[in-house]
Amino acid sequence: MEYIRAFVVGGLICVVGQLLMDGTKLTPAHVLVAFVTSGAILTAFGIYEPIMKFGEMGASIPLTGFGYSLAKGAMDSVKDGGLLGAFTGGIKATSGGVAAAVVFGYLMAVIFDPKSKK
Amino acid sequence: MAVKKIGTQTVKFNSPPVIIGTSTTVGPKEGEGPLSEYFDIILKDDLYGEKSWELAESKMLRETVKAAVKASGKKMSDMEYMFSGDLLNQSMSASFAARDLELPFFGLYGACSTMTESLSLGSMIIDGGYADNIIAVTSSHFSSAERQFRFPLEHGNQRKLTAQWTVTGSGAAVLSSFGNGPEIRYVTTGKVVDLGIKDANNMGAAMAPSAADTIVKHFEDTGLPTDYYDLIVTGDLAQIGKEIAEEMVLDKGYNILKNYNDCGLLIFDNLAQDTHAGGSGCGCSASVFCGYIYKEMMKKNINKVLLISTGALLSVTSTQQGQSIPGIAHAVSIVNKGS
Amino acid sequence: MKKQITRVNKEKEYEEYVKNKVPKPNYLLNCLWAFFVGGVICTIAQFINNLLKNSGLNKTDAGTVTVIIMIFLGAFLTGLGVYDKLGKKAGAGSIVPITGFANSIVSPAMEFKREGYVLGVAAKMFSVAGPVLVYGFGSSVIIGVLYYFFIR
Repeated sequence: MEYIRAFVVGGLICVVGQLLMDGTKLTPAHVLVAFVTSGAILTAFGIYEPIMKFGEMGASIPLTGFGYSLAKGAMDSVKDGGLLGAFTGGIKATSGGVAAAVVFGYLMAVIFDPKSKK
Repeated sequence: MAVKKIGTQTVKFNSPPVIIGTSTTVGPKEGEGPLSEYFDIILKDDLYGEKSWELAESKMLRETVKAAVKASGKKMSDMEYMFSGDLLNQSMSASFAARDLELPFFGLYGACSTMTESLSLGSMIIDGGYADNIIAVTSSHFSSAERQFRFPLEHGNQRKLTAQWTVTGSGAAVLSSFGNGPEIRYVTTGKVVDLGIKDANNMGAAMAPSAADTIVKHFEDTGLPTDYYDLIVTGDLAQIGKEIAEEMVLDKGYNILKNYNDCGLLIFDNLAQDTHAGGSGCGCSASVFCGYIYKEMMKKNINKVLLISTGALLSVTSTQQGQSIPGIAHAVSIVNKGS
Repeated sequence: MKKQITRVNKEKEYEEYVKNKVPKPNYLLNCLWAFFVGGVICTIAQFINNLLKNSGLNKTDAGTVTVIIMIFLGAFLTGLGVYDKLGKKAGAGSIVPITGFANSIVSPAMEFKREGYVLGVAAKMFSVAGPVLVYGFGSSVIIGVLYYFFIR
């Protein structure tokens, strides 16, 4: 059952991105930035949390989920550690993903070469 | 006194320069297109044995020059000037090739209008009596253009329906004061026209007004009827730009619907090859003219051609700063002797 | 001044005229593709997440490891030259998931290898990912500060 919920929620979030790309002049980079930021803002207003509960990975894997982790991390750390938590919390919560992206990104770039398009 | 100048933007040559030889090199995708049989060299691998796409493009340009000079029956040492340019920053392909070829070199930047820009200037130099043999050449490469102007190759993005496919190809033409081949009778130099299009994925629409402007000026200045030409062909307006140019020229009272086509539509089969609106790039009009059109002219299947290479004078910087795309188009009238 | 006005009108007119010439993207088909591919990517992640949770990881760690695995898959498929082909069909369906974030890191890094490992690979890998991190980290800090002053 959680598979269907993940599929539907993840799919719908991607459809929003597709409509933004087809309907406006936004580039993929703009869409990604917009999704991270809006994910963080929705979390701050408590709107993303229920989506996350319902969709699980369907809400966590799209970049809005990255925004969710950042905002949630910041807010949780502030709760425990005061103002300093605003600076450390978000990055701490997402550090695994960011480090993986940097390391795997570098590794793949070293191993593989780009192929020309046919 | 400018005795060879007619009208406002056109030059009529007293002793028209002759295109005595051409050569073309294209990439694998272009080699699978409808004009396949007209290209001299079709690369199997578009890296062409080099370390980078840029060096591959430069090698393509260099080797095409050598082949064109050979086809013309002249020697490299007979070439007095090389007129060339390309799309890469600071014209890397052309200047690196010129370094290896050791020819006196005028580097040009006219974006995709470089083929007719170089033919125009070369013809004027020859008719002016400053040289007997010159080479006009340009190139573009899908992969080097893509990384400079758009996305990395492996980036998983969707191309817009209005987007064009940069042609991997090079075309070179040897012009001479004397010899066999079609001659260049008129040159109409275009003005930069910009109607405010900002979408770098719709360059056809950005360039069409300049192409229409140059075509109309050519007929005004020369007084020729539009059906004088067997073929009026623009460089890389592709699907959308071609329609716009047709209508804009018609609007000014010149009907070119019957004999007009576009190199960007000739080089690819848009549906089968998934090239969206059509081909683009300096190499587009260069390879279609030096390959298909030149060979058909030599066979006398086509006798009178008006070639208008079109350029979109945008840069990555100008696009990011939100500026519109200025267009340029130069027309060259090429006619078989005796017709 | 008058010349300026006519120029603007002409540009507006031309923009309208071009708009009518431009083919419209097939919204429905594009959205279906995005929905399907985006959904499948998330379902795969859910499967991995369930496996991890069943093997005894707590919820937070399982989430982090799932993200790391998905990033690896996105990076690896980009290296193999598969991800751009997927992206052509799926559009946002493969751009919006974290695998697309990995793709946006690996593709420029690979492309600029010939410009060297420092100013090429390492600098260019952040051409899209950099802005995402800037706005992501930036908004998280702002949210944290606001949370401190107004809610806590």
